[in-house]
This record gives sequence, C-alpha cells and structure tokens, in this order.
Amino acid sequence: MATDGTVRPSLAGAEVVSASLARHRFRPLEGLVWLAMLAGYWLWPEYRPLGSQIFIMCLFVLSLDIVVGYAGIVTLGHAAFFGVGAYTAGLTAIHLSNEPFLGLLTAAVAAGLVGILSGLIVLRTTGLTLMMLTLAIVFVLHEAANKLGSVTGGSDGLQGVTVAPILGLWSLDFFGQTAYIYTGAVLFLGWLFARILVGSPFGRSIVGIRENLVRMRAIGSPVRLRLLVVYGISATMAGIAGALLTQTTQFVSLSAITFTRSGEALIMLILGGVGRLYGAFVGAPIYMLMQDALAKYNPVFWTFWIGLMLVLTVMFARNGVLGLVDSVLAWRRRAA
Amino acid sequence: MRRTVLAVALATGVALSATSTLAQTIKVGVINTYSGPQASLGDQIDKGIQLYLKKNEGSLPAGVKIELVRRDDTGPNPEVAIRLAQELIVREKVQFITGVVWTPVAAALAKVVDQAKVPLVLANASAAMLPTLSPWVTRMSLSMWHAGYPLGQWAARNGLGRVYTAVSDYTPGHDSEQAFTKGYVDNGGVIAGSVRMPLQNPDFVPFLQRIKDAKPDAVFAFLPAGRQATAFMKAFGDLGLSSAGIKLIGTGDIVTDEELPNMGQTPLGVITAFHYSAAADRPENKEFVAAWKQEFGPTSTPNYMSVGGWDAMGAIVEAIKAQNGKVTAEKSLELLRNWKNAASPRGPVSIDPSTGDIVQNVYIRRTEMRDGALANIEFETFPQVKDPWKELNKKK
Repeated sequence: MATDGTVRPSLAGAEVVSASLARHRFRPLEGLVWLAMLAGYWLWPEYRPLGSQIFIMCLFVLSLDIVVGYAGIVTLGHAAFFGVGAYTAGLTAIHLSNEPFLGLLTAAVAAGLVGILSGLIVLRTTGLTLMMLTLAIVFVLHEAANKLGSVTGGSDGLQGVTVAPILGLWSLDFFGQTAYIYTGAVLFLGWLFARILVGSPFGRSIVGIRENLVRMRAIGSPVRLRLLVVYGISATMAGIAGALLTQTTQFVSLSAITFTRSGEALIMLILGGVGRLYGAFVGAPIYMLMQDALAKYNPVFWTFWIGLMLVLTVMFARNGVLGLVDSVLAWRRRAA
Repeated sequence: MRRTVLAVALATGVALSATSTLAQTIKVGVINTYSGPQASLGDQIDKGIQLYLKKNEGSLPAGVKIELVRRDDTGPNPEVAIRLAQELIVREKVQFITGVVWTPVAAALAKVVDQAKVPLVLANASAAMLPTLSPWVTRMSLSMWHAGYPLGQWAARNGLGRVYTAVSDYTPGHDSEQAFTKGYVDNGGVIAGSVRMPLQNPDFVPFLQRIKDAKPDAVFAFLPAGRQATAFMKAFGDLGLSSAGIKLIGTGDIVTDEELPNMGQTPLGVITAFHYSAAADRPENKEFVAAWKQEFGPTSTPNYMSVGGWDAMGAIVEAIKAQNGKVTAEKSLELLRNWKNAASPRGPVSIDPSTGDIVQNVYIRRTEMRDGALANIEFETFPQVKDPWKELNKKK
C-alpha cells in the first residue's frame, strides 16, 4: 500500500525498492540482542530486578526514539505519558481489577489519549517553543498528581497497588524472575511493533516529514495528522512502560512523572544513538548498569562519572555508541 | 539443574542469612539519598549512623563486626530503592536495612521487607501511617503528627488567638496542617484561614501579604526543612509581619539547627514544636554535639535527621549485642520493637511495641540568641508522646 507519503521508486529505483525490502528482513544480529536478554536470566539471576527495570526503560526510550529520532519532535515531556500510564495502571489495580493485562490496557489508552490531546496543542509549534510546551505539560501533570492527594496519594505515593499473577500463573515476586520475563516479553512486543512501524510506508513518511517538511506538504502528505498519530502511538508505548513500572514495583510515586525522568530517557537515547531503533537497547542498559556499578563503588560521587561519560559521548561520539560502532566499521572497510 | 539450585539458594538466602550462627561480620544496608539536590538530607543521616558506629563499635561482642553497605536512592525514587533493597537482601545478605529519607521510599520498602522478613529501621520518613504498613518496619524519627498536634494543644492552652496556617502544598504539608488544626481547634483555638504554598520554586511574598492583610494573631508554618524554610523566613521578616505583631509558630522544620545561621534575625522569638534541638542542655546531647563537632568540624551542626540516624544505628547495635552476634531476623525484630533508650540526645525514647513507632518527648522551643548564635531553646515538654494520629484513629 503505497500511501501518498512514500517516495515512489523512480525508473532507476530498483535499488531503493530492494533497500526498502531489506529493512523488513530480520538480521541475525537482531536475534542476538534477544538471546542476550534471555541468557541474562540464567547468567545473572541476582540482577533480575535490575534487568526488569532496564527493560522498562528500554521500552520508554524506544517510545522516545520514535518521536525524537524518527519524527524529529524533540520533546522534554515524555515522562508525562510514562507517569499517566503508571498512575492509570495503579488506580486500575486498586479500584477496578488487579489483572495485569487490564492495567496495561487502561494505561495504554489513557496515555494515548493524553498524548493525542497534548499533541493537538504541542505539535502546532516547533523547535524551542515545542520543547517548552512539552516541559510545561510534565510540570502541569506532576503538580496535578501532587494536588490530587486523595486520588494519587500525592507525594507520599500511591499505596495499596497489588498485581494478580500473570496469566493466573506467575506472581510478581520479590526475586524479580517473573518481572524479568514479563517486562522482557512486553518489551519484545513493543520492539516488534516499533520495527514494523518505522519500516512501514507510514513510518517512512514520518521520516520524510523530519527530513523535509515542505516537500512532504507539497506532495500532499497530511503532515500534522501524521505527526499527531505518531505522537499518540509513542505516548501509548510510554504509558505501557509506566504501567510496567507500577506493576513490578507495586507502587507509584511522583517521581514517575518528573522532568528528570524525561531528561534521563533523552540521555540514554543520545548515548545509544538517536533514530536507530536499537539506540534504546544500547543506551538504557549502559546508563543503568553504569549507574548501578558506579553508585555501588561510591554512592556520593557517582554522578560525576556519568556526567563525564556524557561529555565524552557528545564530544567524540555524536551519534551515540551505535554511531561510533558504525564509523569504526566504515573506517575498517575503507582501510581494507 | 543449575537453575533449580540457584532458585533454591535464592529463596533460602534470606532465611539462611538470618539463621547463620557464626559470630562474624553483620551487614547493615543503608538506603539513603547521597546524590541530587536533596543529598544534604541523606548526608545528615549518614553522619549520624557513622558517628554512632564509630563511638560504639568497641561495645560489640568479641569477633562481631558491623559492615555498612551504603546505597544511593537518588531522591524520592521508590523504584530505585526497591531494586536496591532486593539487591541488598539477596546479594549482600544484609540483616538490617536503615536510612530512608523519603516517605514514598519507606512505603515501597515496607512491602519488600515484609516479603523478605528483614527488619527495616527508618531513620527519617515521617508520614504517620508508615509503621502500620508492615510489622517489619520500626521508626526512629517522628510522625508528622508528633510536632503539629502538640503545638496545636500548646497554642490553644496559651491563647494564641486567631491562627493562619501556611504550609507547603504536598502531603507532609497537608498532614501538619491537619495535625495542628486538630490539636488547636479541639482545644478551643480559632483558625483564621489557611493557605497552601506551591512546593516548586515558590515566591512567598503574595502568600504572606495575604496573610498580613487578614491580620491574624499568629501564623503556623510548615515547609520542607532547608532552603525553602529560610526563604520563607526571610520573606516573613521583609514584609514586616513580625513588626505588625504577628507571631510565627511551626514545626521544627522551619528552624532546623543547621539552617539557623542562614536566616538572619527573623527567627528570634519563633516558637516551634519538635523532638530535637541541637541546643538542648541534656548531658547526652552535649556529648553528642561535641562528638559531632569533633568528627565533622566545628561549623557542622547535627539536626533531627542526624539523631534519627544515630538512634536507628543505636537500636540495631543494641539488637546485635543482645543476641551476642548470633542474629536471627525474628529475634532482631522483637528486640527492635521493644527498644528503649533513656539516653538518646533527644531525651528518653522507646518504640511502641504495638505500632512500631517511636515514643518520644516533644519540646516546645523558642528561637533565641545564645553565645552569639541563634538556637532553639526548649522551655516546655510534652513527655513521651505517642504518634497522635494513630492514637486518635484508634479511638474512633
């Protein structure tokens, strides 16, 4: 289905077509990521709780990559959707039913709705204005959650969240084994979806908008609608990540919905590589494992090392770790 | 096979560590805020813990050593804290967890220790309900109601007149507003009005102007201890509320010992209720403050969080001593829940075995000049106060 957004192959475009098809083909390297994740379950059983948190951040960063990396919407407010998802899942568990999949569903719907509604305003702007607006939305929602103490528990956090066993079989216990598999599985589905999305004609048209907005308008692509849809999709995904956090920790606090969280996700994305789909899978683990290791080594000054690493990344690896790998590979090819 | 072995090892890890019979190194996990904008709070607790350990290490049974395993929760981030607690319990096999600045962190950890059966000794975290969340939680700090409610009673008894309440707009603020109002109104006091001020980057001038225009006899204030309280205090003085004859009262948070030097002259005559003042004349406190200054320098002043850390570590050390180093989780918990210390820097304290919460003196203090510096001078004592919130809700 060649929608009007796709670049139609020209006469000499056979290569373009095959390149486009190649994008859909799964490469063995991709399987390796998932094998590593599975292996991690047995290799480092004591790190399963950390593993599940890394997966959650991966999913969140992945959702951010869709808007920042693919659609070119530089947002500082993605934690708003994460937080809405987290609180929705928590409130669903308390007031409706503690069935985990229902929690994921309500969180996805709520975050998606907030995404679309805020997108209606935010996406009218670009650049700095857009960043400020997204920032404002996080602050407004954070304050709302703080003020509505009777609903959200305010700064004390939402108490009393319980989660029924997943599929009625596995309960989320304290050793994090169920959480590891559960969050890993949801992340896998999220990744599969994101991969199909960015490879689809719709996804390519989003990239087209990022690359040349005027031309996309000129060829009749409904730019604003497209951006709104992709923003909503990404918000939905962020909401699911938030719901996973609620379910694995059985608690929601205001920290789910802070600017700090947006900022951290952005840092992870930049660290991994923007607009590459795998940036999230590299950046989030590196950041979180480093934080874990450094904070253990010195709980007071670990932020210094994280900061240093970021400075080095921005100076010497503009396109993140994956970009660095690319350039090394390219250099070796040239040398050969 | 390997997996089963691991699973079994993991599942029993906690129990094993709890029943180990060798007198050896006992690990104590400290989950605390060591980085970020709130690191100064964690620092006070950490110093309290370390100082106690340093001073009392020698009293441990022969062959027994305590190792602190410190972890940074980076602020009120329960998901980080939960992960750290899991790690401390499973990987480090700690037999106690202490520290904890934040209520949401404490609430989240209560679930973990309830499953893992590891005693959690709170050195701060002051939402009233916390110790009710799990029998494995004991609290060495205070409940929000410890300060606000007795101050309300005191204010009513002393005829403070129409009081305007001004609190930060977050849960501890709401709690102290309720606590004070309850204590005051139930004893015949009159509330002139109340206002909640935003927590993020507040400008206090409009709020204080409004209060000034309402012409109350006194203002009850609660703000998070630290820079905010200082800014509030400055605005209170600059707008001339003191010179208009409006008294300022509040919980000890608005005049914490280590912030006083930054506050100018406004705090003179401010009346607060709290469980600890670094200026208290008790010999135990003098000794504590002297040891503190010797260890951390003459400009460093301990505050209520330091005492929370000090007593938390004290309770843990006592529990280890009472078991002669052969620590089991159940026995530790029983000892912690029956802990008493007649010689805490804040006066006699004990844990109420039925709630796990602290029972302590609450002092009414006036901020005065002493030896050229501001100090909170205790002049009236509410002896052995149990958390009023739990007491009131029990009667219902």
